[in-house]
Amino acid sequence: MLGRLSLEALPLDVPILVGTFIGVAIVGIAVLGLITYYGKWGYLWKEWLISVDHKRLAVMYVVLALVALFRGFADAIMMRTQLALAYNGNPGYLPPHHYDQIFSAHGTIMIFFLAMAFMTGLFNLVVPLQIGARDVAFPFLNNFSFWMTAVGFILVNVSLFIGEFSQCGWLAYPPLSEAQFSPGVGVDYYLVALQIAGVGTLLTGVNFFVTIIKMRAPGMGLMKMPVFTWTALCASILIMVAFPVLTVALALLGLDRYLGMHFFTNDGGGNQMLYLSLIWSWGHPEVYILILPAFGVFSEVVPAFSRKPLFGYTAMVYATCAILVLSLVVWVHHFFTMGAGPDVNAFFGIMTMIISIPTGVKLFNWMLTIYKGRVEYHSTMYWAIGFMITFTIGGMTGVMMAIPAADFVLHNSLFLIAHFHNVIIGGVYFGYVCGMNFWFPKAFGFKLNETWGKAAFWFWCIGFYFAFTPLYVLGFEGMTRRMNHYSNPDWYPWLLVAEVGAVMILLGIVCQLTQLYVSIRDRNLPQNVDVTGDPWDARALEWSTSSPPPVYNFAIIPHVHELDAFYHNKENGIDTRSAGGPYAPVHMPKNTSAGIFCGLFSLILGFALVWHIWWAAALGLVGLIATVIARSADKDIDYYIPAEEVARIENEHSRKLMAQAAE
Amino acid sequence: MAHDTTLTDAHGHDDHHHESPVVFGFWVYLMTDCIIFGTLFAVFAVLHDQFAGGPTGKELFEIGGLAAETALLLVSSITYGFGMIAAHKQEVNKVIMWLGVTFLLGAGFLGLEINEFRHLIADGAGPDRSAFLSAFFTLVSTHGLHVSFGLLWIVTLMVQLSGTTEIPERMMNKLTCLSLFWHFLDIVWICVFTFVYLASMM
Amino acid sequence: MSTEHSAAHDSASHGSVSSYVTGFILAVILTVAAFGVAFSHALSPSGTLMAITVLAVIQVLVHLHYFLHMSVSPEKRWDNQVFIFTGLFVFILIVGTIFIMVNTSTNMMSR
Repeated sequence: MLGRLSLEALPLDVPILVGTFIGVAIVGIAVLGLITYYGKWGYLWKEWLISVDHKRLAVMYVVLALVALFRGFADAIMMRTQLALAYNGNPGYLPPHHYDQIFSAHGTIMIFFLAMAFMTGLFNLVVPLQIGARDVAFPFLNNFSFWMTAVGFILVNVSLFIGEFSQCGWLAYPPLSEAQFSPGVGVDYYLVALQIAGVGTLLTGVNFFVTIIKMRAPGMGLMKMPVFTWTALCASILIMVAFPVLTVALALLGLDRYLGMHFFTNDGGGNQMLYLSLIWSWGHPEVYILILPAFGVFSEVVPAFSRKPLFGYTAMVYATCAILVLSLVVWVHHFFTMGAGPDVNAFFGIMTMIISIPTGVKLFNWMLTIYKGRVEYHSTMYWAIGFMITFTIGGMTGVMMAIPAADFVLHNSLFLIAHFHNVIIGGVYFGYVCGMNFWFPKAFGFKLNETWGKAAFWFWCIGFYFAFTPLYVLGFEGMTRRMNHYSNPDWYPWLLVAEVGAVMILLGIVCQLTQLYVSIRDRNLPQNVDVTGDPWDARALEWSTSSPPPVYNFAIIPHVHELDAFYHNKENGIDTRSAGGPYAPVHMPKNTSAGIFCGLFSLILGFALVWHIWWAAALGLVGLIATVIARSADKDIDYYIPAEEVARIENEHSRKLMAQAAE
Repeated sequence: MAHDTTLTDAHGHDDHHHESPVVFGFWVYLMTDCIIFGTLFAVFAVLHDQFAGGPTGKELFEIGGLAAETALLLVSSITYGFGMIAAHKQEVNKVIMWLGVTFLLGAGFLGLEINEFRHLIADGAGPDRSAFLSAFFTLVSTHGLHVSFGLLWIVTLMVQLSGTTEIPERMMNKLTCLSLFWHFLDIVWICVFTFVYLASMM
Repeated sequence: MSTEHSAAHDSASHGSVSSYVTGFILAVILTVAAFGVAFSHALSPSGTLMAITVLAVIQVLVHLHYFLHMSVSPEKRWDNQVFIFTGLFVFILIVGTIFIMVNTSTNMMSR
């Protein structure tokens, strides 16, 4: 009846997990209780959970990403603490079985549910506004994608308390991840969660690609698009080419595990190397999916706070496209040591080094944008400058590892760990936090607190160097990744320094939370409220709307004639909003609960697959298909906002603008 | 599933004739599906000679069944095409009739495929026998799953069309998307019979 | 979209009975040819593989043109670009995977 599921699946013998469960349960009950106490369930459901508004979905994505950050960071600091303790005969406090789950979960969560969700959140908030559109091309699919991502994350977290998570690293290399060596449910949780979240990501890619190609405001040619939209376009293309490959790789591993096939097994003619080749054909484009939008954020932030147009817009666009193409032909550099000959390794090594050229072009463009600009050292700019320095170091160690001969020494050592955290924290994370600080007023109508923002940056940035520079040294000293304990006295002091760095990053996260709390508390102070919708005197169309924008974004779709359309209009005294009308009724999509029901059935399907509860899996699948068919028959999918309502909202904003100007 | 409400407003002025984003979006989605099949073909190419002492393609595959499957799928393509022509003329009953014919042909294809799989598994040449057979079964049944999904889609549209007298734009988009899907499966099948069956049977 | 406009596009963008029939006849000929080449054993194995590959490519193009109505008209620009980019990536993936795996097998003497 319940497949493999029994009471033994509950990890009651692991005190850390029991404690965590109690903690999560208390917080969960408190949150649910507060929502009930204030009677907010209806509001939450109608305005958020079933919303197809891209701005609402953006907020939900970022909230999901922040929760993933807490989970992933908890894993990280537990690992660092284990390695600060488990020296010279001391086993530490995490037995290998638990420790292996933690490093697997850390990587999986940070990439798929922190970085990807954060990125999708920024896309959702910014892209439709930047191109002058009223929503994305497929608003329902957008909501559906969010729920797929959320269900994937829920499944990963369910594995914490029911059963176990994968112990095979964040990419679950076979043969270790095959049923023969990992008979438990851990790898199944991993596979199912990523497949479900992958569906969401793929559809997000399709959605934003079509949105950017087909829904730009009149006059906005491709070379008049803001750079963030360009990077969103390129990331969407990479999602569309890379994620199907991930789907196949994970599906084949699943077939090996569930149906006894022989794709990657030791026997029956299987080939583990094939899995590596497939997973990295996805994995390398994936890291560019994450970093390109971060580059886009900096290309918006640096000009805004340097009071200058971006230096070398065209070069920036071509560099982005070059990175897109090159990222498809470098995947072997993740497994130079697999045994391919010098011809294969040399080709992929050279292609990898070539990527540093367009990336370098971008860095010089940002530096030359700052050069002779009137730079305002806002906390947003701190993250940008911190990125430029940190990412450059990470990029250089990457070029070192692109040399196959050097990689034979450094492969799977802590040098690699230091390298990719250097580019992912210093590039992706700094970029997304920078974007969050920059666009927060657009989403909520008030600015984030500066003092706490700067404190968060300093703790993160210095903490990063303390935590990861020692790892470069440890890599040279021969320490491999995923090690549970060790007895080399040379390593011990460096690992203590890394622990100090992890604690500093913890303080950085605490500062970020405090920043959010303080900003929400002081949201009505006059210096924090964003009346104009353009708090930074910035350049692209998203700043021409009110903050937060009305549900339809643009009452009258602006016509674009120049790059940096909004700034151009401001300088020439053109009103981008065309205030005063005449307004026409606005055609908008209706909210729908189909997405959340699809998510619910996917959750049932996923959980049942993990535990081999076949009847429930069938139920989930049938429910999912039935929901989609029901949705396709639904005729009540759109509505019109009357012109008078549009005029009322627009005139109210105009009044506020005039009052502000009069002061 | 999706709709283009916001698009028409945004683009109304300067584009006189533009395709619905639904159809374009579905085309883009199909391209990602194409990559799924491309990956499976790459896997088959790598594992096609890993028999692990088991049977080879030459010993297993039969030309009769293959030819019949191919014929059914090819004919179903043109019947769907006739359905689309009827749809553009707003002839609802004809559309339903051609969809029905296409469904029967597709179901026939699926029946033959399932029968072939049943025989292979009964003869001890199931997907767990060797890497070659794993790759073969996965590639061919992924195509078969797509056909099954197409059949479900055909039935859904037949039900939604029945009793109506005209084909509104949203339904036309669905029919066009299914048309792309169905013809795309044909193209995948060309590659399947060429590189999986014929190349193994030489 | 005006009625005359869509009528003018009819034959090009949705196909007609004659274009479907033409496509179907070409597809049948090409399929039969592929089966014939493979089973006549007239060519060497590698020659056969090459011949059926060429036939398959032609048949794919026939299907794309007559059944999926692909054309080079300006309004299909993005459809075509997406298609070409996908084809490029699939090519990179298949050729790259075979290149890497064959090379690895040779160097590791594993096959």
